[in-house]
Amino acid sequence: MRLRAKHLGLRLSTWAVLLFLHFPIFIVALYAFTTESSAFTFPPPGLTLEWFEVAWNNGDVRDALSLSLRVAATATVIALILGTMAAAAVWRRKFFGREAVSLFIVLPIALPGIVTGIALRSAISIGGIPFSFWTIVIGHATFAVAIAYNNVAARMRRTSPSLLEASADLGANGWQTFRHVLLPQIRPALVAGGMLAFALSFDEIIVTTFTAGNQQTLPIWMFTSLVRPRQRPMTNVVALFVVALTFIPIVLATRLTRNTEGTTG
Amino acid sequence: MVTETTSASRLDRISGALHRHPRLRLALLLGLPLLWLVGVYGGSLIALLSQSFFSLDDFSGTIDRSLTLETWGDLFTDSNISIAIRTASMAVAVTIGSAIIAFPIAYYAVRYAGPRLRAVFFVLILIPLWSSYLVRVYSWKLILAREGILFWFVDKLNLNFLLEAALSAPGIGGPSLSASALGQFIVFTYIWLPYMILPVHAALERVPKSYLEASADLGAKPLQTFRTVIWPLAIPGIAAGSIFTFSLTLGDYIIPTIIGDSSPFVGLAIYSYQGVAGNLPLAAAFTFFPIVIMGIYLYVARRAGAFEAL
Repeated sequence: MRLRAKHLGLRLSTWAVLLFLHFPIFIVALYAFTTESSAFTFPPPGLTLEWFEVAWNNGDVRDALSLSLRVAATATVIALILGTMAAAAVWRRKFFGREAVSLFIVLPIALPGIVTGIALRSAISIGGIPFSFWTIVIGHATFAVAIAYNNVAARMRRTSPSLLEASADLGANGWQTFRHVLLPQIRPALVAGGMLAFALSFDEIIVTTFTAGNQQTLPIWMFTSLVRPRQRPMTNVVALFVVALTFIPIVLATRLTRNTEGTTG
Repeated sequence: MVTETTSASRLDRISGALHRHPRLRLALLLGLPLLWLVGVYGGSLIALLSQSFFSLDDFSGTIDRSLTLETWGDLFTDSNISIAIRTASMAVAVTIGSAIIAFPIAYYAVRYAGPRLRAVFFVLILIPLWSSYLVRVYSWKLILAREGILFWFVDKLNLNFLLEAALSAPGIGGPSLSASALGQFIVFTYIWLPYMILPVHAALERVPKSYLEASADLGAKPLQTFRTVIWPLAIPGIAAGSIFTFSLTLGDYIIPTIIGDSSPFVGLAIYSYQGVAGNLPLAAAFTFFPIVIMGIYLYVARRAGAFEAL
């Protein structure tokens, strides 16, 4: 009896922690519908869909959304190509500096984001490079490579090299082996890594602040309107939208990689 | 044998050559990613270092690119050092807080949850780790506001006096939770918690069941088993998680901007030096604090076995 009561305590605290982790998102969702425009009163005095229309018709929000989507898509493609190449290079091979290479690839996500941000900002300043779409993409791709690499490398570790040998024995050339043997093997990792990289890039702010100049991605728009609160109800709607757009790829990615170790960071 | 230079045979010859020259293949595969990382990232880190040896011209507000130690001299003022100490103390508090919250859930998932439930837990912990960092910080502004849900709930429970007592405490209090160090602590802990749960979970998962049986067979009470077997084996996991909680707290400027009494943190100081003040050299030198504190921390954590538990 005492044992069961103990389990109960443990079980309750477990669910309490999970509630703690997820409940704030529901609050954001709730406030997107509140009729109140200047305070955060709970419970909301009334519910409305008005702010969705306002946000949708706002030019700044639309531009920011479009910029964020284009940056995330471009950074993801770059990250997948570079990450896969790097993972293939260190796979089943020992060479001088191998450890250094894998350390260097994950360094951008191991160091605090602000260090990466200021480092890129310093390079932009010293090189006299104008802020552009590409300065944002470069910042995002740099940490997204680490995510693609982690996912693909984890998958490759579980791919048997005898598959490639069999393919070569049957007369396939390197490209055919890649196309028909290796690619199908690593496809789930590519999809999962790509989706995670996209989601991270889409709501990245720490590095973006330093590489964007005057351009506004959706998170930067949100952050600016938080610091100078003018359009509170619209901010809530945008927040809900960001959650929705990052939630879907993340859930799909975790489902895809459920059996793969080493995908968390 | 007829040699036709069709595209297929050319591909064959290229892949044959690559097979015979593994070093060439390695160079081709690694060249582009390394060029990117060394060129862009490595180059930026060098730019960061050299930037810290430039200085800001006070009159024109432009960056003077002659090498000087002036900026480094500006770095070690009492107020900057107190910012670093303040940030490190918050990092310590957040690390302890999240370790305390993370342990029961990780323990429950490993010891008592079935495989299906464990998979559900895993996804439920991963989602907040990956999703909408900014939105999740923002959500606490809604929750902690004076007119928000937390005050409403506390009011319903008639526990106002407790909350008011906490808010009037010097050092951690403030006009409302969303403008207090206590609120900051809650939000930091909330945001970094998944980074602590996952490594602790991984460490506990590696404790063989036979150890616990052996401990019980040798007559240890459950509490004794916990203290002498489970806890020491969980420490590497906590150390691994603390690397994240520590590193992330040291570099964050979003949370102190949105929540709290606007007292400076390392991240916030870096952010405002490069932004409002336009003093990029001092901002660059300021990254010295998180890098050095993390360096020391990684050294200590490695001795606690953190790298084996990552």
